[in-house]
Amino acid sequence: MKSKTITSSKNLSPVQIQQKGDVLLLSFNGNIINYESQDLLKTIQNSFSRGVNHLDFQTDFLQDWDSSLLVILYEVLRMAKSNNIHYSLTSLPDNLQQLLNLAFAVDRKPSHSQSEKLPVIERIGQLAMQFYGQTISVLKYLGAVGGGVWRFLTASSIMRKTDFLAALEECGPQALAIVALISFLVGLILAFVGAVQLQTFGAQIYVASLVTIGMCRIMGAIMVGIIMAGRTGSAYAATIGTMQVNEELDALQTMGLSHIDFLVMPRLFSLLIAMPILTMLADFMGMMGGAFVGVFLMNLPYQEYWKYAFNAFNLSNFSVGIFHGFCFGFIIAICGCYCGLTCGRNADSVGLATTRSVVTAIVWMIVVTGIITVICQELGI
Amino acid sequence: MNKNIAIDVRDLTVGYGDYILLHDATYQVHKGDIFIIMGGSGCGKSSMLRVLTGLLPPQKGDVVINGTNIATASAEEVQKIREKSGILYQSGALFSSMTLAENIALPLQQYSDYSDETIRELAHLKLALVGLTGFDDFYPSEISGGMKKRAGLARALAFDPDIVYFDEPSAGLDPISSHNLDELILELNQSLGTTIVVVTHELDSIFTIGNNSIFLDAGSKTILAHGDPKELLKNPPNQEVYQFLTRGEKK
Repeated sequence: MKSKTITSSKNLSPVQIQQKGDVLLLSFNGNIINYESQDLLKTIQNSFSRGVNHLDFQTDFLQDWDSSLLVILYEVLRMAKSNNIHYSLTSLPDNLQQLLNLAFAVDRKPSHSQSEKLPVIERIGQLAMQFYGQTISVLKYLGAVGGGVWRFLTASSIMRKTDFLAALEECGPQALAIVALISFLVGLILAFVGAVQLQTFGAQIYVASLVTIGMCRIMGAIMVGIIMAGRTGSAYAATIGTMQVNEELDALQTMGLSHIDFLVMPRLFSLLIAMPILTMLADFMGMMGGAFVGVFLMNLPYQEYWKYAFNAFNLSNFSVGIFHGFCFGFIIAICGCYCGLTCGRNADSVGLATTRSVVTAIVWMIVVTGIITVICQELGI
Repeated sequence: MNKNIAIDVRDLTVGYGDYILLHDATYQVHKGDIFIIMGGSGCGKSSMLRVLTGLLPPQKGDVVINGTNIATASAEEVQKIREKSGILYQSGALFSSMTLAENIALPLQQYSDYSDETIRELAHLKLALVGLTGFDDFYPSEISGGMKKRAGLARALAFDPDIVYFDEPSAGLDPISSHNLDELILELNQSLGTTIVVVTHELDSIFTIGNNSIFLDAGSKTILAHGDPKELLKNPPNQEVYQFLTRGEKK
């Protein structure tokens, strides 16, 4: 009978393939450690298509081996099964036989989430239904928040004073330092950017006006909004999301305690109170940053700088900024709590909820800023 | 309806959307029973518990608890059933921002007219009942897993419930804590006459405390057996139940 010996890609390979008639013999020699099996498996697959009916193994010279040998055997046996090729494991060492029997003991065909490839129209429809579902969910949530506010106003809310005070401390006093620092730096940057341009006209004193108007009208509120969305909104989502994972939300529900009253209201009210105050602090610190550049780096007279700054300051700009802060507080609390309440029941979901809360809050802050700007423009504020 | 029946489940289908976990489930839990819902992983034990506690609406069928069908009950009626039920969750589900006493006091503050002092005393008593005397001012993060479960049980007992549900009470506990919790369940059942429903797959617990049970099967999505677990072990109705109750032995 004609015999043909094929070796795998490396000549001194510890694995040899020998075909005698319709029998394919796999010989394993020496140490088979960290063996890269892809080329070998392709070669064996090709051999199976050349009239092989029996598969046999030889391991007389096999010394040390690891899982890479097991991978070869497992894959080869799978190929043999699918090609109706007969084989026997008796020539393999006992422990290899045991491991292979274990690997083939359960041959389930899980039907888990084989995501169907839907036609484009159906996919668009599915997305539209998802969007519809989410919109309804958000509207229900906003309705429930409205109900929570009403219960608070009619003194029938179960909001706990201690929860409110803890939330207020977390988003108020504990946020002062970071808000002050970032706002000071933003004022400083605004002043630098403005000064470079204004200096060319000899009008650098107007840096004071630029920084004052910029910080009070919008920049102070925006900076506080971004800081608080990243710092506090995400914390809300993570805390409530973790409560979901720990079944605490189920416990509240089965005790008949409203998630809205118990979890959302303290956080919402504390942010609604803290955000305008933090915005005022940001306005002030931004002006200080501008003054630092104007007085110490551009050598503008101290009194002159503050004179221009106070002249530029007006109540309508300041009020618009504070109103922004108030709206941003509402958005951050609503987004953070919603993402937490709709979080899944595993650790990944908490991470996702946290990210979603920050992104959603920032997007809605920008949208609301645009709306307020247009309304102010129309009203001439 | 027989006044001796605490829970009457008829032709119940449990699932999430199109995904059905269990169908045509019919069984009864008698008052004072320690009723075990058992079965392999993924057979719908915890979902069954969610249905019984009103957290998951049944897809089909009736769940009558103390005479009220929660499938058709109003929110107020469901709330009344909940007030007479206590639940011990797998993790204890204690509120981490509150002390143990505050955790227990929370439902009492909400649904009773007791004075603050009485509520404090009640919380202290409930903690004492589960062997946590003196832990009133401890936060959940300061106590062990077994103690969290006991504190969760104290909270579940806050309103002297008619029915207490346990979701995998032994999960994550060492054998001694697990045994102690089983003893506690038995004592509460005997001393207070509380109906107890336990979702578990711990054989030791099943045989120690259970006097009635159902076996849920993930393959057929039905109840494969109903009765005292010790009797089921003596006369197993099928291979699946026998294997489950003997840790995988083949008949």
